[in-house]
Amino acid sequence: MYDFTILWVLIIGFGVLMYVLTDGFDLGVGILFPFARSEEDRDIMMNTVAPVWDGNETWLVLGGAGLLAAFPLVYTVFLPALYIGVFLMLAGLIFRGVAFEFRFKAAPGRRGLWNWAFFGGSLLATFAQGAVVGTFVQGFATEDFRFVGGPFDWLTPFTVMTGLGMVAGYGLLGATWLLLKTDGETQRWARRWAYGLLAALMVFFVIVSLWTPLVDAYVRSRWFDNLTWLWVLPVGTVLVAAGLWRSLGRNNDALPFLSTIALFALFYAGLLFSKWPYVVPPSYTFQDAASAPESQLFLLIGLLFVVPFVLMYTAWTYYVFRGKVRAGAGYH
Amino acid sequence: MEFDPLLLSRIQFAFVVSFHAIFPVFTIGLATYIALLEAISYRTGDPNWARLSQFWIKIFAVVFGMGVVSGLVMAFQFGTNWSEFSYRSANFLGPVLAYEVVTAFFLEAAFLGVLLFGRNKVPPGVHLFAAVMVAVGTFISSFWILSANSWMHTPAGFELRDGMVHVTSWLEAIFNPSFPYRFAHMAVASLLTGGFVVAGVSAWYLLRGHAVTASRRALKMTLLMLAIAAPAQLVIGDFHGLNTLEHQPAKVAAMEGAWETQEGLPLLLFAIPDAANETNHFEVGIPKLASLILTHEWDGEVLGLKEWSADERPPVGIVFWSFRVMVGIGMVMIGVALWGAWLLYRRRVLDSPALLRTLTLMIPLPFVAVLAGWFVTEVGRQPYLLYEVITVQDGLTPSLTGGMALFTLIGYIAVYAVVFTAGIYYLTRIVRQGMPDDPEGVPDTQGRPKRPLSAADTPLDEAAGQAS
Repeated sequence: MYDFTILWVLIIGFGVLMYVLTDGFDLGVGILFPFARSEEDRDIMMNTVAPVWDGNETWLVLGGAGLLAAFPLVYTVFLPALYIGVFLMLAGLIFRGVAFEFRFKAAPGRRGLWNWAFFGGSLLATFAQGAVVGTFVQGFATEDFRFVGGPFDWLTPFTVMTGLGMVAGYGLLGATWLLLKTDGETQRWARRWAYGLLAALMVFFVIVSLWTPLVDAYVRSRWFDNLTWLWVLPVGTVLVAAGLWRSLGRNNDALPFLSTIALFALFYAGLLFSKWPYVVPPSYTFQDAASAPESQLFLLIGLLFVVPFVLMYTAWTYYVFRGKVRAGAGYH
Repeated sequence: MEFDPLLLSRIQFAFVVSFHAIFPVFTIGLATYIALLEAISYRTGDPNWARLSQFWIKIFAVVFGMGVVSGLVMAFQFGTNWSEFSYRSANFLGPVLAYEVVTAFFLEAAFLGVLLFGRNKVPPGVHLFAAVMVAVGTFISSFWILSANSWMHTPAGFELRDGMVHVTSWLEAIFNPSFPYRFAHMAVASLLTGGFVVAGVSAWYLLRGHAVTASRRALKMTLLMLAIAAPAQLVIGDFHGLNTLEHQPAKVAAMEGAWETQEGLPLLLFAIPDAANETNHFEVGIPKLASLILTHEWDGEVLGLKEWSADERPPVGIVFWSFRVMVGIGMVMIGVALWGAWLLYRRRVLDSPALLRTLTLMIPLPFVAVLAGWFVTEVGRQPYLLYEVITVQDGLTPSLTGGMALFTLIGYIAVYAVVFTAGIYYLTRIVRQGMPDDPEGVPDTQGRPKRPLSAADTPLDEAAGQAS
């Protein structure tokens, strides 16, 4: 029997990254929503993500089902451990999705409620996702492949920190996305926010980077026992962040967004490689968490057929909606 | 106060899955209807067909959107509340559920956008093809879901190794014994649901003299379909019941309210089952009829609930009454459909406000029947999650406390209350707004293909309508 586990690590890893990057920027737009200069700007902001946001969220559903199929242990330990957090995330995502649709259909004077639902939902979902990352770093109390911890294991000072870091990170993704998709005063407003959020994100990066080795002995020995190639990642992070800061000062619209994506990719790689090969730390590796080879193969066949199609279509959607979104020209 | 996480989780799952189920069951039937309308429109070129189709596409888009939202919740329920069951059966359920997601994903990516926004942008043949593919896609989606569900009732094609499910035959597991019956029963239920909604809305329009040509055609074709599908469902349901009798006799005993194993079992029309005393109160029944239906013999023997120990019996009252609600509504459906067909034959449908009003009132009934049917089959599966392999008690997330389950149960009820009030309110707005006169008068939405809800352009309230 062949072993497809590594292939599945790549597939699921790619799906999660796609989710984080794409839903990240539209959640970020939601986080910036109450701080917009005017109701017209809010229209523009929503219009920049209107064509793509629900396609972005579909990666989350695929991720959930894919995990159950390929790494059931991840699914059946993470979800019980994050029980309350998962609910808050889903509630947030649902509220912002509904707010999204109905804000456009509501009378201009009656959008306040939907604005707040959009902001609140985005913030809640983002914070919960950040707390998931923190919980992953902390590790899970498990016994015989079952989660045995308490309902609030996922809510500690450390995970609150990663949750807030995620808010800053998605906020930055949202701000640089708006930098790419808008112009004029709206763009200048987005740039100001991008500076502040990048600074905040780097503060969180430093705090989390120093805190993690203290929380977790495995990560500590991994990074500090020997000089490893892993150090490429934080060095890269600092360089990319510096480049991002500089590009914000210039009139380059796309580079800040692309740099933020690179930042997220580096964080993501750092997270995974710090724990590798553990996927349900501290006890279980990817191999322990994998489903039976015949089950992995069975789904693989269908997925290899469909995923290229979905990717092509996603690329096409973004291509169709390329360019700046301006007041009045968007979707009503 | 201690809360029981098992009971609360079961209520929560029943709640979220019930809310979720009403959307796909409607969209499957509606997608078929839309594909049919598109095909006729393509053949005849008569704009009234396109006008009808475009109206129902708008409804489809909103309902599909709500189904996606509630589906998001479903993707996580298995892990949050039933992690032990998910873990042990992941080797089969994981790929099958993932296939369902992949199908939906693929469908949305490839064809939904063309159907919703492409009428004026792609050649008519391509638009028709997209409509057919969306309909086929909804059936494929339900194929996977019902396969997974049926496998929980009649597990096959697997072996247990250290308590973990390992698939030995994908074919046997996917096409497990109850799957063909359940799939047929559900497919026809979808057609009935879509049909009664279309008929009800068309009848309502006719009563108000709105879009008369289009509504008359819609009503005639759906009445014809319902007159075939409603009686057919009775036959399919009977086969499904016989299959259940073979594989899950305890469920059938609960449906019949039969405590004692007996020959010539009566068909109970009314009873109040009393599980504590293992008897029924106030029985009203037709002698021997249940035996005839189930065994096709007047004196056929049917097992009673006492054949199983008390902890292996499903909750009798819910199964018993849900079954009667489902069958009762089914009978009403058959009656109304045949009445409509008779008037259709006499060419007097439009002269009968009584029929039109009845059809309008019928709109919610198929949804109630579908949910009642699911209650029969799922509550009838108790106390097992995976029939006779894993009980609900064993399948529950071990770390789950009553407080956690109560918190999310209240939370989901609150979230869904807001979402679905808004959704239903919006749907009724679309229906009240009626069909635009010009079938091509679909707003140019600048080809935003990803978002089903943006296909509907009806404002949310009166003020917005005036403002735009």
